[in-house]
Amino acid sequence: MSQSDTHLFGEYSNDAVKHLVHQRHSRAKLARAIFRTATLLAVIFLATLLVTVLNKSMGYVVIQNKVDPATISDQPITQLTNAELAEILRTNLRKNRVRTLERAGFLEDQPHSTLVQLVQAEIIQPEVVESYNLMPSLLHRNQITAGAAVEHPGAHVEFRYWLNGQFLSNTMASQPELAGVRSALFGSLYLIVITVAVAFPIGVGAAIYLEEYASHNSRINRLIQTNIDNLAGVPSIVYGILGLALFVRTLQPLTSGAVFGIEGQNGRTILSAGLTMALLVLPILIINAQEAIRSVPDSLRQASYGVGATRWQTIWYHVLPNALPGILTGTILAVSRAIGETAPLIVVGASTFITSDPTSPFSSFTALPIQIYNWTTRPQPAFQHIAAAAILVLLVALLSLNAAAILLRNRFAKQV
Amino acid sequence: MEQQNNHYAIETRGLNIFYGDFQAVKDISLKFERNRITAIIGPSGCGKSTVLRSFNRMNDFVPSARATGEVLYHDKNIYDPSIDPVQLRRMIGMVFQKPNPFPKSIYDNIAWGAKVNGFRGNTDDLVEETLRSAALWEEVKDDLKKSALALSGGQQQRLCIARALAVRPEIILMDEPCSALDPIATLKIEDLMRELSQNYTIIIVTHNMQQAARASDFTSFFTMDTDRAGVMVEFNETAQIFTKPKDQRTEDYITGRFG
Repeated sequence: MSQSDTHLFGEYSNDAVKHLVHQRHSRAKLARAIFRTATLLAVIFLATLLVTVLNKSMGYVVIQNKVDPATISDQPITQLTNAELAEILRTNLRKNRVRTLERAGFLEDQPHSTLVQLVQAEIIQPEVVESYNLMPSLLHRNQITAGAAVEHPGAHVEFRYWLNGQFLSNTMASQPELAGVRSALFGSLYLIVITVAVAFPIGVGAAIYLEEYASHNSRINRLIQTNIDNLAGVPSIVYGILGLALFVRTLQPLTSGAVFGIEGQNGRTILSAGLTMALLVLPILIINAQEAIRSVPDSLRQASYGVGATRWQTIWYHVLPNALPGILTGTILAVSRAIGETAPLIVVGASTFITSDPTSPFSSFTALPIQIYNWTTRPQPAFQHIAAAAILVLLVALLSLNAAAILLRNRFAKQV
Repeated sequence: MEQQNNHYAIETRGLNIFYGDFQAVKDISLKFERNRITAIIGPSGCGKSTVLRSFNRMNDFVPSARATGEVLYHDKNIYDPSIDPVQLRRMIGMVFQKPNPFPKSIYDNIAWGAKVNGFRGNTDDLVEETLRSAALWEEVKDDLKKSALALSGGQQQRLCIARALAVRPEIILMDEPCSALDPIATLKIEDLMRELSQNYTIIIVTHNMQQAARASDFTSFFTMDTDRAGVMVEFNETAQIFTKPKDQRTEDYITGRFG
């Protein structure tokens, strides 16, 4: 460095500048390292969650059949004809039970899969006496088979994916081997549809009013705004209690369907739960929609007013289409929140044991998080495995809903 | 009086505009001649844009803004309760400082204003005609379905002028329309203004004195009073203002000694 450089700027001594630059760079490096660590930690937590769930959702099981299938038939039962299966059921079950089963029609006329399931559940009655997670299954395969042969003679060892077709298509059952998530999955989807159908128009409407019509200086509007911001942080159980008092009790004629001529239901219906959930996500939706509406540049509104458009034409044709991607992002957040909430559903009375799918808004129902919560509280280890499988179902359902919203958002974003 | 007024597109009488307690402009009385270009010049913050935006009541969207005095348009005060600002804005169009086309196709930018105002004619013809009169047709006729945001800044601004023309206004307000444009695009807009002044009254706010001198028939000079309120100093034919200003403040400004 030449002499003239050192004296170029009198106030900045060269050495001090050099020293300071070094210090500033190392601070920047430190900051970057901290942020990178934070990201890494988040990824590790997420990976741990996934690994734990996956670990529990598959592995070896030792199955003890009450009746050996070989004594019933010399062929695997899935390969038997309807007539043969019906014969097996008639010879092995009590007369009363057969009569109950035939109430809907002859056994021979029922679907093959139903008959197989009946033989499995009522005659063979496989019971999982021992179950292992994925990790030990992979690492200690030989010990597991050897141990099973000693402790449970007559039992057989098989690798089981707890999340399988049967798990998805079966409804709730008291044996974990036969329990499924179908009614819970439909319950959750039904719930989300009601939640979004109620919360989306109200939320967007409120956001439009607060941003485009209401005066920002008015004290009442500022009070409303503050309240909405705070409501987003209210614990979900409080919304549950509100839903119980308002929808389940006070509005029972409506939520039980009595005013629509549906008898024999109380207010603990999927409609009550959906309305409660809508209340819960409303602040999230409003805040995000407001943010999206606020981000639409004012020049666009002025351009619209400038050609003689009314306020509503401006909102409908310019503000809303340009705010829609942001509004949909808020909807994604709302759906994610609603699909995972358990506490308010417990309070408004979701059933934990229900074997029928929801057929109308006035059905009693269960939902995935309720089912997961219920299964994780059971002592039998097999329930822990199906809880893990149900968590996977919940995650996949959530990701598909969000993917749909993201696709929709990208379509609107591209149009602009 | 009425006879005389017919000669003018817009006339203000003792116009005061306030933002809350702050008086932005004070006692403006101006007459804008039909089918002429009138420029409003003056230093920053002297209320030029505020006055311009009061002519189509765009200040209505500023909650604290209010106006006293009269702005006469077709012999009626536009601040009269019987005047619908939505209808007014169709008759008095506006072009803004920053080109702000709708994020839609070029075609839709023109057609939308017509549509919301209940246009019944042939939209294709309207689009072609307005784009021609905004001197943009030759450049975009093959890309009408393309996004308006893909155009250059100068083209976007001419599109905004075309958009204003499409609803058949009588007056076009231009709020520093060339401040975001390069000199060539600026010249094109000025040529266009000259062309349009045959059929429209144009009122333009500009920071650029050369632009006022080149493009306008009349010029009004605004400045700030001691209490920071904008006042109108001098109004005359452009040639007079720039060659023989009557007021010392005008002379200081246009010779570059102030502002």
